[in-house]
Amino acid sequence: MAGLVKSFNIKARDFNHAGEASISVQSLLKSMNYNPKLIRRIAICGYEGEMNAVMHGGDGFLRIEIDSDKLVLEVSDSGQGIEDIELAMQAGYSTANDDYREMGFGAGMGLPNMKKNADQIIVESEKGQGTQVRMIFFIKEGDMPA
Amino acid sequence: MKLSEIVEVLGARVLVGEDQMDKEVNTCGASDLMSDILAGLSEGCILLTGLTTVQVIRTAMVASVGAVVFVRGKKPPQEVIDLAKAQNLPLISSPYSMFVSCGRLHDCNLTGLDGNR
Repeated sequence: MAGLVKSFNIKARDFNHAGEASISVQSLLKSMNYNPKLIRRIAICGYEGEMNAVMHGGDGFLRIEIDSDKLVLEVSDSGQGIEDIELAMQAGYSTANDDYREMGFGAGMGLPNMKKNADQIIVESEKGQGTQVRMIFFIKEGDMPA
Repeated sequence: MKLSEIVEVLGARVLVGEDQMDKEVNTCGASDLMSDILAGLSEGCILLTGLTTVQVIRTAMVASVGAVVFVRGKKPPQEVIDLAKAQNLPLISSPYSMFVSCGRLHDCNLTGLDGNR
């Protein structure tokens, strides 16, 4: 059986609405009665990825694919891409400007925190080609909707 | 510790969530860095911050924070209050600095996000 797929738009530099896609995913999973701890991990990964796209990337989307054995979250943007993915994955590395830091972001913790919360993470990016981050969350006993 | 006790200890003003003052919180995170809250064990905590942007509310929602306390008597813009109201997230404004607000709550046995005192 094909899983349920939902996609939410992300708009670059739109800070008034940044985070809404992740909160939509969070609400969707809540309405489906998944384990709150699992929902929190997914919402955090979505939000970190969404903020990265809004601050550093381009327009894109946040997509959740719901299967019986796993949830797959994808953040995709059409921005400038990441030149050195390995470097971007390092805690504390950031290219954020002062404006973003004043908003409480740009500590270089986004991708590392996504890696910490997801069971698997795949980052694909090339300079000028946008960025796609796929995160997989395997469903364990107790995670399923009641 | 109940939210109503936190409001009393801080001599604070409730901006949103008068009806949620019986909510229990036992941990506290104080930061202007939203990444710290997102990376910490912030579930059900109170978040003390000097930032008053919509991103504070969205961070709190995503991280399942129990309530937000703005320090130095800050009052966020109306859109921020409206968003918190819509999400049922209590907002409190403390007249004290970050340091003094934290000190007062530490005296009441609240722990950090990592459980340390």
